[in-house]
Amino acid sequence: MLRKTLALFGEYLIFLRQVFSKPAKWSVLLKKWVFEMDAMGIGSMLIVSIVSLAMGSVITMQTALQIESGWIPSWTVGFVARTSIVMELCPTIISLLLVGNLGSSITAEIGSMRVTEQIDALDVMGINPASHLVLPKVLASVIVIPVLCIFSIAFALFGGFLTVWITNCISTYNFIDGLTYCFRVYDVVYALTKTCIFAFIMSTVASFYGYRIEGGALELGKASTQAIVVSSFVILVLNVVITDIML
Amino acid sequence: MIEVNNVSKYFGEKQILHDINTQFEEGKVNLIIGRSGSGKTVLMKCLVGLFTPEEGNVFYSGREFHNLPEKEKLLLRKEMGMVFQGSALFDSMTIEENVTFPLDMFTEQSESEKLDRANFCLGCVDLEGVNKLYPAELSGGMKKRAAIARALACNPKYLFFDEPNSGLDPKTSLLIDELITKITHEFNTTTVVNTHDLNSIITIGETISFIYQGHLAWRGSSDTILTSDNPTLNDFIYAQPLTQRLRKTL
Repeated sequence: MLRKTLALFGEYLIFLRQVFSKPAKWSVLLKKWVFEMDAMGIGSMLIVSIVSLAMGSVITMQTALQIESGWIPSWTVGFVARTSIVMELCPTIISLLLVGNLGSSITAEIGSMRVTEQIDALDVMGINPASHLVLPKVLASVIVIPVLCIFSIAFALFGGFLTVWITNCISTYNFIDGLTYCFRVYDVVYALTKTCIFAFIMSTVASFYGYRIEGGALELGKASTQAIVVSSFVILVLNVVITDIML
Repeated sequence: MIEVNNVSKYFGEKQILHDINTQFEEGKVNLIIGRSGSGKTVLMKCLVGLFTPEEGNVFYSGREFHNLPEKEKLLLRKEMGMVFQGSALFDSMTIEENVTFPLDMFTEQSESEKLDRANFCLGCVDLEGVNKLYPAELSGGMKKRAAIARALACNPKYLFFDEPNSGLDPKTSLLIDELITKITHEFNTTTVVNTHDLNSIITIGETISFIYQGHLAWRGSSDTILTSDNPTLNDFIYAQPLTQRLRKTL
């Protein structure tokens, strides 16, 4: 088991070396990079905004419910909601959501290219398929997913505000007061650093599992599932490690 | 000319190719034939560099392909064009984009020059008017022709076809065979075709290498294949009732 895992990790490192080797043509890479950013960003915007709104709303309601006490000032609801949203919920939950959404589609896309010999066709042409297909996706993901994370934070905070405004559990003034209380830019830097690393893991692991498929449609499905499971696991482990290092 | 010298290929413990020695001549249609699972595709993948043989080598006009430095290997690969069994056209691109793709990657031609070349290649395979269609919108035969057009785009010296007639009706198969012969003679390419289609074997095989259980069992041409006294070759050629009847007339 350990030997297998180490062999797989070695294969992954060799794959990364291929991905980050010099592209055949920079102008083609640039064109594909812009295309991937557009596809990833626009394609995920709706799901990210819906999940973030709901997440912000629920976390605000739950926080308000938990600290209903005369001893704790009501602006604490905004403060706790902001801290949870910025530092943990948006970077991690959105990354895990995108593993399921973008990651599985990357595995399916590259895997189907492998199954239908399109990757072999690139190889015969003298083009490094790993660099040509995967590098634009990796570069796009490490730019787009942090941007999506910022949008997610904004939507989640707005969701919290809407909840306070509709349910009137605390005053909107106190909620905004809590949101701005003791705000540190470092918290956002921490969140974006995490998201950047998670995006890298998501795009490379998903591509790796798609790239190494042997067989047909059945293996394609298995590879997508494996990619999601492994990416999610690595993201959760790294979340602990990064938090320990950065906080 | 392509020379295959003592090529052996293993997958784990299992030996797939056993010491293959053969030649594929310039300006001719060279066939690799054999039953399914005999090692034809593995041999072709060794020829184009998708597999590296454990023993032996492949020489392209004297250049030892598998031992070339990466840069020179890349240059040699630009002289190759390959048509895969399933066409391997890029799904996300139109036919025109598929054909211009190698030009985008390896040349500095202007858009109009690339378009002219794409139209010329599509014209060579009688596939005009499909520039803006996607591969999914084409029939099997049209996809094969589009793949041939893409393989022709960079003016290759060496053309490889992996089972070009698989999944095609007899009439379309005939068209593809005619196209392969026409292209080979018109552009003087060294063409290697991997097939088990009997009609192709008899009509277009200028040199034929018969692979049996990973061994080169026979080498000849379409003129001599029907009268060969090689028992394994005869088992393969005269496997069907129709060809058995033909044998009786010979």
